Amino acid sequence: MRRKKIPHPKPGKMAARIVRTAKQGNAVAEVENIVVETAEKIFADLANAQTINHDTKGSWKAPLWQALTEAGLPLSWVPEACGGSGASLAEGFGVLGAAGRFAIAVPLAETMLAGWLLSQANIASPEGMMTVAPCGPKDRITLGTDGTLSGRTRGVPFATDAKHIAVLAQGSGGLSVALVEASACRIEHGFNLGGDGNDTVTFSNLQPIAIKPAPKSFDHTTLLLMGGVARSLQIAGALETLLDISVRYSNERVAFEKKISKFQAVQHNLAKLAGESAAALAAATSAADTIANFKTFDDAVFLEAASAKIRASEAAEKGAAIAHQVHGAIGFTLEHILHRYSLRALAWRDDFGSESYWAVELGKMVAARGADELWPLVASR
Amino acid sequence: MTAALRFDPIRLPPECEKLRKEVRAFLADEIAAGTFDPHKPNREDSDAPEFSRRVGERGWLGMTWPKKYGGHERTFLERYVVTEEMRVANAPTRRFFVADRQSGPVLLKYAPERIKLDILPRICRGEVCFAIGMSEPNSGSDLFAAKTKATKTDGGWLINGTKIWTSSAHIADYMIAIFRTSPSTKENRRHGLTQFLVDMKTPGIKVNPIGQITGQFEFNEVVFTDAFMPDDHVLGEIDGAWKQATSELAYERSGPERFLETYYVLTELVRAVGKDPDTRSAEGIGRLVAQLHTMRRMSVSVAGMLQAGKEPVVEASIVKDIGTIWEQQLPHRVRDLAAFVDADASNHATLEEQLAFAMKTAPKLTIQGGTTEVLRGIIARGLGLR
Ligand SMILES: Cc1cc2nc3c(=O)[nH]c(=O)nc-3n(C[C@H](O)[C@H](O)[C@H](O)COP(=O)(O)OP(=O)(O)OC[C@H]3O[C@@H](n4cnc5c(N)ncnc54)[C@H](O)[C@@H]3O)c2cc1C
Repeated sequence: MRRKKIPHPKPGKMAARIVRTAKQGNAVAEVENIVVETAEKIFADLANAQTINHDTKGSWKAPLWQALTEAGLPLSWVPEACGGSGASLAEGFGVLGAAGRFAIAVPLAETMLAGWLLSQANIASPEGMMTVAPCGPKDRITLGTDGTLSGRTRGVPFATDAKHIAVLAQGSGGLSVALVEASACRIEHGFNLGGDGNDTVTFSNLQPIAIKPAPKSFDHTTLLLMGGVARSLQIAGALETLLDISVRYSNERVAFEKKISKFQAVQHNLAKLAGESAAALAAATSAADTIANFKTFDDAVFLEAASAKIRASEAAEKGAAIAHQVHGAIGFTLEHILHRYSLRALAWRDDFGSESYWAVELGKMVAARGADELWPLVASR
Repeated sequence: MTAALRFDPIRLPPECEKLRKEVRAFLADEIAAGTFDPHKPNREDSDAPEFSRRVGERGWLGMTWPKKYGGHERTFLERYVVTEEMRVANAPTRRFFVADRQSGPVLLKYAPERIKLDILPRICRGEVCFAIGMSEPNSGSDLFAAKTKATKTDGGWLINGTKIWTSSAHIADYMIAIFRTSPSTKENRRHGLTQFLVDMKTPGIKVNPIGQITGQFEFNEVVFTDAFMPDDHVLGEIDGAWKQATSELAYERSGPERFLETYYVLTELVRAVGKDPDTRSAEGIGRLVAQLHTMRRMSVSVAGMLQAGKEPVVEASIVKDIGTIWEQQLPHRVRDLAAFVDADASNHATLEEQLAFAMKTAPKLTIQGGTTEVLRGIIARGLGLR
């Protein structure tokens, strides 16, 4: 039950690459790797929740991003030829789980996704923070015949912080991937539940820095599912921490002359939280493992990725409520770190298609395949 | 971090898929031959001794046990596939299920060699049915309050008292039961119980059927009056049953039977809504499928970790907790969604009939084999709360 304590390696730009060579041939399940450890070490040193919570000026952000960049993490999924560190998908997913456990509030996941999207079309990734668009199933950005981008996308995370945006655009000849300068877009700043940037970005006949056709098999759903799996891992990570700090608090807080962990009602609530955390983790890691290994994008991949987003989001709702209940009033304060995890877990439900959106899509898929094909589909995973 | 739960994304190995095809083909043949009707889960209690023998012939009982005892030395993941395919098909597994999952492993560990060589091969051939004698009228969750007494006599023990809720006792050849051989002690209230192998043909055992709210009679009261158990029917340590109860529980808690008990209503709902469901049905089905898929992935993960020699005790309890609650709620969620289904859908009557049965079955799912409350206590202990 105890997380193994492993000596942390020094973060270094080559970490990802070295590990990939060393781990070749190993099963994904065994990737307890240096890349993730590097990320965890940086998070623990530079993204301490207490420190961040007291730092109203946000002065923790720059050193954190600096360290992440030096370790090559934001461009984990970008091949070396495109300017990245060329880590495997599995390693990058591991980093996102860790980012969730620390409720990381810089655009690490977004930059990773942007780099991944650009690499699909062999566009080199620039340095600095990035985000991706569109992030919702209803938003579309169109590519005009003059080669410019137009459209409006809501709920774009960290667009205000980003230097560049990776865009999936619909043209008359199909989909294209484009890189644009964030400063060239109109950005209405907003916030998600966790207080992180959640912006509306408008493109008006915008000239991209680079644009190339997306691969044939790539579509909006692919992008949304990849983003959805990233968010599922982050939610699962946040839930792991919610469980951890709730268990710890219950073993410290005394009421009626007992530790509250001795009250059966509290124990059972925490057991339920453990179940929700476990479900989110299992669904998200299973989907990540699927995406890291799939050959063709079929119904099974869809089942895995959509289920992860649905189940992790459901877990976020139930889990966050229990974590708050166990903490009582102290957990409702700005002062306490609980909200950093609970509100982000809830906020991440909205990105790349909410659980109700994916449930409708999955339900349609299951119905279209027919009743007798449901079990074979589930059993195939 | 205090409590890192692990659910490695374990996949069933390729040999499992070959096996799955064989099991499906076998079940299809049995259905075609009229052995059982997959759409009628309410018939599942009907005893099917011939079917049990045919499953044994295929090598699907005692799959993981040593060949010496009639087993097949296959993996837990292979056994997993057989179990889930049988469950989803609503195959009549009652006669062999307990023996294969629970009783056989206990015998393997604690029975004298002579008994192992006698009984285990018969389990593998699908010839014998087992019951579990734990609960008593005044001892349910609190197992250690059991009073049914074993008194030492020449060459064995005399049993007096009553077990209750004993599933399949009316058809069982054997029961593995706990009896009181000593009083509990001040230091250890769990002390004093001993595990026994009971031959149900022993004089002095009377089985009285008890009707259930489903209309079935599948559990019983079992009354012991000076029933004689020979010494070599003691399983393990005298007075020390409490030490033996825990080790196999992870297998027992996290299998596919812990969330698939009412699965059939979901299939039937998908059939009823047709290829082009409205938004409400689609969302409802999508959520249920996502939850099902997640639970199965958790369950397979625990099976794989067990196979790899790990001990995911808390993880296994979590699978049972959320699995049983899910299968209990499933018929009610399906009922919600079915309210909008066209009453002329060709399978409407089947769905209604299945829902009625599933809703009657549902309450037991979070009671049998340890209640939700007991299970959450175990999880809480694993989290370091007690
Ligand atoms: C269909 C079915 C088949 C069964 N088959 C078998 C069988 O084959 N063999 C066998 O031995 N038994 C069998 N049982 C019995 C089953 O194991 C018991 O019903 C179960 O262990 C609960 O015991 P009980 O019914 O006496 O309830 P009780 O233990 O009296 O519990 C009643 C309620 O109180 C709660 N409770 C009790 N103690 C605590 C506590 N410490 N903290 C919080 N809440 C508590 C319980 O969770 C439950 O909600 C079967 C039961 C069913 C329903």
